Amino acid sequence: MAVININKKQFEKEIGKLNEKMQERIVLFGTPIEEITNEKIRLEIFPNRPDLLSYSGFKRSFLAFLGKKTGLKKYKIDKPEKNYKIIIDSSVKDIRPYTACAIVKGLKLNDEKIKEIIDIQEKLHTTLGRKRKKAAIGIYPLEKIKLPITYKALEPDKIKFIPLESDKAMSGLQILQKHPAGRKYAHLLAGKVKFPVFVDGNKNILSMPPIINSQNTGKIDEKTKDVFIECSGFDFKILKKCLNIIVANLADMNGKIYQMELKYKKKDITPDLTPQKETIYLENVNKLLGLNLSEKQMKFFLEKMGHSYEKGVVKIPAWRTDILHEVDLIEDVAIAYGYEKFIPEISEIFTIGEEDKIEIIKRKIAEILAGLRMLEVSNYHLTNKEEHFRKMGIPEKLQKEFVEIEESKTEYNILRKGLAPCILKTLSKNIDSEYPQKIFEIGKVFSDSENKKIIENEKLAVALAPGNFTEIKQILEYLFKMLNIKITLNETNNSPLWFIEGRIGKILLNNEHIGFIGEIHPRILKNWKIKMPVALFEIDLEEILKKFEKND
Amino acid sequence: MDMKKLIESLSPHERKILPYIKEKKISEICKKSNLDRTSVLRSLEYLKNKGLIELNFEKKKIVGIGINGSLYISKGLPERRLLNLLDKKRILSLEEVQKQSKLSDDEFRAAIGALKRKAIIELKNGKIIFSANKEEISKKSPEEIFLESLPLEYDSLTPEQLYALKSLQSRKDIIQIKEKKIISIEITNLGHELIQSKIKGQNLIEQVTSEILKKDSYWKGKKFRRYDINSSVPEISGGKQHFVNQAVEYARKIWVEMGFKEMTGNLITSSFWNFDALFTAQDHPVRDMQDTFFINQKTELPDKKIVRAVKKSHETGTAGSKGWQYSWSKEEAKKLVLRTHTTCLSSQTLAKLKKEDLPAKFFAIGKCFRNETVDWSHGFEFNQTEGIVIDENANFRNLLGYLQEFFRKMGFKKIRFTPAYFPYTEPSVEISAWHPEKKVWLELGGAGIFRPEVTIPLLGKNIPVLAWGPGFDRILLDYYKIKDLRELYKNDITKLRKMKFWVK
Repeated sequence: MAVININKKQFEKEIGKLNEKMQERIVLFGTPIEEITNEKIRLEIFPNRPDLLSYSGFKRSFLAFLGKKTGLKKYKIDKPEKNYKIIIDSSVKDIRPYTACAIVKGLKLNDEKIKEIIDIQEKLHTTLGRKRKKAAIGIYPLEKIKLPITYKALEPDKIKFIPLESDKAMSGLQILQKHPAGRKYAHLLAGKVKFPVFVDGNKNILSMPPIINSQNTGKIDEKTKDVFIECSGFDFKILKKCLNIIVANLADMNGKIYQMELKYKKKDITPDLTPQKETIYLENVNKLLGLNLSEKQMKFFLEKMGHSYEKGVVKIPAWRTDILHEVDLIEDVAIAYGYEKFIPEISEIFTIGEEDKIEIIKRKIAEILAGLRMLEVSNYHLTNKEEHFRKMGIPEKLQKEFVEIEESKTEYNILRKGLAPCILKTLSKNIDSEYPQKIFEIGKVFSDSENKKIIENEKLAVALAPGNFTEIKQILEYLFKMLNIKITLNETNNSPLWFIEGRIGKILLNNEHIGFIGEIHPRILKNWKIKMPVALFEIDLEEILKKFEKND
Repeated sequence: MDMKKLIESLSPHERKILPYIKEKKISEICKKSNLDRTSVLRSLEYLKNKGLIELNFEKKKIVGIGINGSLYISKGLPERRLLNLLDKKRILSLEEVQKQSKLSDDEFRAAIGALKRKAIIELKNGKIIFSANKEEISKKSPEEIFLESLPLEYDSLTPEQLYALKSLQSRKDIIQIKEKKIISIEITNLGHELIQSKIKGQNLIEQVTSEILKKDSYWKGKKFRRYDINSSVPEISGGKQHFVNQAVEYARKIWVEMGFKEMTGNLITSSFWNFDALFTAQDHPVRDMQDTFFINQKTELPDKKIVRAVKKSHETGTAGSKGWQYSWSKEEAKKLVLRTHTTCLSSQTLAKLKKEDLPAKFFAIGKCFRNETVDWSHGFEFNQTEGIVIDENANFRNLLGYLQEFFRKMGFKKIRFTPAYFPYTEPSVEISAWHPEKKVWLELGGAGIFRPEVTIPLLGKNIPVLAWGPGFDRILLDYYKIKDLRELYKNDITKLRKMKFWVK
């Protein structure tokens, strides 16, 4: 989640008093307030609006929303001057093929502004840039660079420069191995024979994207007036958007934007702030929103969102990345109209409600068992081998056919195969609660038979503590009598290892094996530190559900 | 309560002890009434509740005998045993005496110390010399006298006794001081009145038994003893559904009443249904292992037509959309995940829907998963409630209408809608509810109208589909007065027994 920090004083000076009304406007603009302190206000920015990831960008759009500076904001752009060129060498083609660049001049930077620039750069990296994978941005003091610039790929050992926050020159590989930023982003260049670099007219390496800039030529400070900006990555369209967001921000800081000539095989010029055009139909707006707006009103609302409108066509700011379709503009109209003004109304259509059969039967089973004064418990579907196998007395070689989860952040990394371990875990956690404890659980279990197909089944487990075979069998029989289903019990030698031999039965429904019933072996109870005899049954509900479906 | 009712309310035990409550000592009352201490105490408590007596509890320190103390009473204090030995054997070498005395090191040292202090013996060059006469030696020491007189109340000890206590207390486990609750009974005016009035009613009926019901004459014309209906009874608890499931049942009922049909499905699903069919780009952060539980297996994709349409939606867009403009991978879509939202059920439902089924409304409530660490407000498993309305004429106001109704029925009186973002809906909306005590808006979940990039591949046509999927667990916390989401699946049986029912 991206959050921007705004200086509260600056907000109140340049936008307005931060009273309750204003706070409501902020939230209804689509930037939820995370926190307000004495010094700052923290706003959440949704991933579709990277153009709001800085104070300048937010202020520009929000003032329009407040009705203060509505319509499409225009910035003056100057054509490339001599040598405002980037030569893109074909060597980057399979490595990091694209870059979009610009020059902004006449900045009057101070600490605050430098912080804002670095901040938006970082935020664009993590959001639109997908952690620098899709797009990475570099900003350089123009004074220290000789134009034109070449973007090319070199063998790692031919790259040598002093990276930011370092005092000695390093090779490309050394940066990836030793520099903190290098280590963090090394995976982005993993397996590449050559690494991309920007090299200036003096053959100085300016940076090695998407990793790091040079300490000598890639760091802006308060003395910097003119900057060179590059965005590098794989998707030229995204890079152009990214560049547009940055230059619009710098222009808001009174910078003057200059285009640069990009020498690909075909010439290109960036930045390009020509608005995107999209058709909008008043009819579609009114139909989707359930409103009855006039064209004039629609125009008014579009302008409040920073667009301009004329004769069915919307001009969209070039820094907006989220307008893919007319519906995106319709949402903008809705936001400008005000979500608080919509009158909720349930549609007048006739449909018949219906519960799922499985859910009805699960509920009925729960009701029957609750009638026997049993408590329903509910455990996680995720578990681990320790709880699911070792404590149940299942040796390593028999721990199979379970579904494993990749890279879980917790200790739970497999899906449960059965409910008995969950039920025993619950009893184990409750050894200090009053006995008798009569519990049950209904839920999904997962098995993966020889990697063929994962099977997901609904199961029921019932346990009594203290409990013996007679008592648990009484419950089993009562349950199935109430469901009007006939079951039989068979002796079995091939049973889960956690039961006492000779006190375990296989439960059969129409000769289909649906579960086990028995007394838990003291060896297993000891593993769980349970000091009460436990009797338990576990059944697969799928056969029962089928039976009910058949009866329908 | 008048006197008559009062008399009728006396239990047999209370009647039994009433004549003796003047005795004031519980042990006396026990003896005379022939009841055990517990019964007497309980009856006294009942009499107090009826305003007949006052009970005063006083704490008193009682000096009693410790483990070693009781041993010494029978065998004699170590110093006495030492003196007896000396008297008999006349051995005066320290080492030899200790050997023969069979006293432990501690006891021996204490005994020698005590005798020295009393000037009965002296030690010289490792030998014992008597310095007191025989009479003095055979006289009982104050400690011995004190020990034999125990137990005593601490407050009533004489200065000599206190001295003896101090000297014995310095030695191990001879003395044990306990606090004892002393109950004193004071009869109230009402009590006096009752005792003076004649207590009749030996033939009041106590428990109504089947025996009594056998013959009319057993109960006809007789009085039933009045019970104190306010006295506490032992707690019991019943069987019930898990409290989260009780709320789920209620939500299910709300949706069904509003004409929604239930969707259910597997918890393990393909990335295709969970993400791709919902226009979530393949490089979207939610598709990282950091956020989603992946299972290292792939599954087959559905019908080619749908796959092709979804691919187009992502790559170049559909019906005027620009799409995400990247190269969409089939293999990525085949990856299995634990569903991250119940919206994967909606995408599957839409794909199966036929023209003649419209308009249609569906809902789901079920478990979803996210690869998160666990804290008070997050878990890796959570419930979500899902809904879709497929209707040519559905609009944004209808969406808000359904949501408002659902949350009103869930107990949220004041809710608001604010802009939100989801890759698969446009417009999108976040629902928050006003928390009157905390005075904040609580986020309840998201909703929106499915984008054409979602509906066209699945329905073949851009029909508005209202869709929502608020998290369900968080909206229960207030009702159950739970502050920590972890409490939901803790399965603490004591708490489950006490947890109130979902009554809505």
